[in-house]
Amino acid sequence: MSINTVYVKKMKLTKNTNRVKKKNENVVDSTFKYNQLAQKIKKDFPLLMSSVKPLFYLDSTATTQKPEVVIDAEAKYYLTTNANVHRGLYTLAENATIQYENARAQVASFINARSEEVVFTSGTTASINMVARMLESQVREGDEIVVTIMEHHSNFLPWQQLALRRKAVLKIIPITKEYTLDVDAARKIISAKTKIVACTYVSNVLGVINPIADIIGMAKKVGAVSVIDAAQAAAHIPIDVRKLDCDFMAFSGHKMLAPTGIGVLYGKRLLLDSLEPVNFGGEMVKEATLQNISWNDLPWKFEAGTPNIAGAIAFGKAITYLQGLPQENVHQHLRELTTYALEQMQKVPGVEIIGPSGGNVVRAPVISFTMKSAHPHDIAQICNTFGVCIRAGYHCAMPLHTSLAISATARVSFYIYNTKEDVDMLITALRKVNEVFA
Amino acid sequence: MSGLLVNDSRREVKSETVDDDMYQENILDHYKHPRHKRALTSCTFQHHEVNPVCGDMLTFYVDVANGMITDISFSGHGCAISQASASLLAEYLYAKPVLVLEKLKPEVLYELLGITISPGRVKCAMLSFVTVTKAYENYVSGKKTDTKIKVK
Repeated sequence: MSINTVYVKKMKLTKNTNRVKKKNENVVDSTFKYNQLAQKIKKDFPLLMSSVKPLFYLDSTATTQKPEVVIDAEAKYYLTTNANVHRGLYTLAENATIQYENARAQVASFINARSEEVVFTSGTTASINMVARMLESQVREGDEIVVTIMEHHSNFLPWQQLALRRKAVLKIIPITKEYTLDVDAARKIISAKTKIVACTYVSNVLGVINPIADIIGMAKKVGAVSVIDAAQAAAHIPIDVRKLDCDFMAFSGHKMLAPTGIGVLYGKRLLLDSLEPVNFGGEMVKEATLQNISWNDLPWKFEAGTPNIAGAIAFGKAITYLQGLPQENVHQHLRELTTYALEQMQKVPGVEIIGPSGGNVVRAPVISFTMKSAHPHDIAQICNTFGVCIRAGYHCAMPLHTSLAISATARVSFYIYNTKEDVDMLITALRKVNEVFA
Repeated sequence: MSGLLVNDSRREVKSETVDDDMYQENILDHYKHPRHKRALTSCTFQHHEVNPVCGDMLTFYVDVANGMITDISFSGHGCAISQASASLLAEYLYAKPVLVLEKLKPEVLYELLGITISPGRVKCAMLSFVTVTKAYENYVSGKKTDTKIKVK
């Protein structure tokens, strides 16, 4: 064989390999640049990989699955470090305290807050109820509390009840026909009478991302306290409380990979300092005599009783895990997945998206919908037979559903571990719904 | 825990494996063509119930003469299971002695439905039962019959 022939053969080989490689790349790259990344991430979640029947988990807006590292962190705490925090003087208790406070520091840095501004609670609901109680004495008869029509019950009922107790007026910011917050209406509703503005960052039904900085700005302008429900946002949007300049923010660990039962109430230091605690017990006092009491320093003043230590530590681990992912790629993937799902879903006859469905709208990976052929419960039931987990009902946002004159919706939502295959199986299931109810 | 990891090939699902047991012909027929679905303008007793979880709403109307159910109907909206169950129950109760309502058991409705109801759908299936029995209870005890009471 001459050198020339060998050279030519080699050329051919290289050419062929290149072509094959290119073809494969095209298959992967066409719409989903980062689907493989999501497939890889999925492998970190034991539940998603272990179920006997294939699972297409599309309900992360309700709660996310937990990666092995988070489950291990919680177990490891009980196996190696379990002791009550801030009390014992023995090494075990000191270690527990250090880990618990480290977790707080991590959460604080995650939202660009100071550690003393991060109060651990059992979740968003507990956080909002607590801040409503903390602000109660400042609300007087005739004052106005402003919320939006798209609030989850956890950011609606505490304010409604507070308004009832204090004879205050509850004002509601509506949404536009395009399902976005009616900012013009907000500008009119938020007035000198407004004492509190409570608004969600991201709707758990519509998937819209609210112009939260504008809303906070409006509240600030009239001297009202702003309370932001970031239960959905914390999982999908980088949060900077300094930049947003909100007074309070609430979110939960379990919607961003951490266990249930751990959440956060962020509050500006000056406000937290001036407000009285609403839960009383161990840990939250410096000195308690029969006559006098002096509260503990921030944030412990607001953490009466033994906290969810293991949960907090595992929350810290969840943040470490999330921060270890290639952020931009993960977000890009979720955007592509949402766009793809919206496209595919609307190709299924009878599907109506309850939320912005155009290609250019920036939205969270939460999609609510109805189908002409079937009730949302029946849609969810049939999806379940395919292993597709979706939610049906009010999604704890009855005022929104009532205002839209919809009795219920079905909802899919995506997170870092969801892949194109999950969406494809959803579409198969939705087509089956039409078949069954044809 | 890594031992639990399963190869991704398991993701191939064949549609034959899909279990549609809950949506049998009879259920779908009653859902699509409900019997006795109309509001009675006047009746002996009526009652309205809401399933707060999914927003299903149901009102049952019962007309009684000489101890017999001479007319029965329902109105409202909801999923296939709750609507079919209301239709089946109305059909079952029509022209029966009103005393049947005294002894009505959930089992009767389950038998009428003839399908296995998953735990998540029990409230859907039972909404008609709760509505009609509550209507009767209120009627017997002389209470106002059109109050909203949440299904527990």
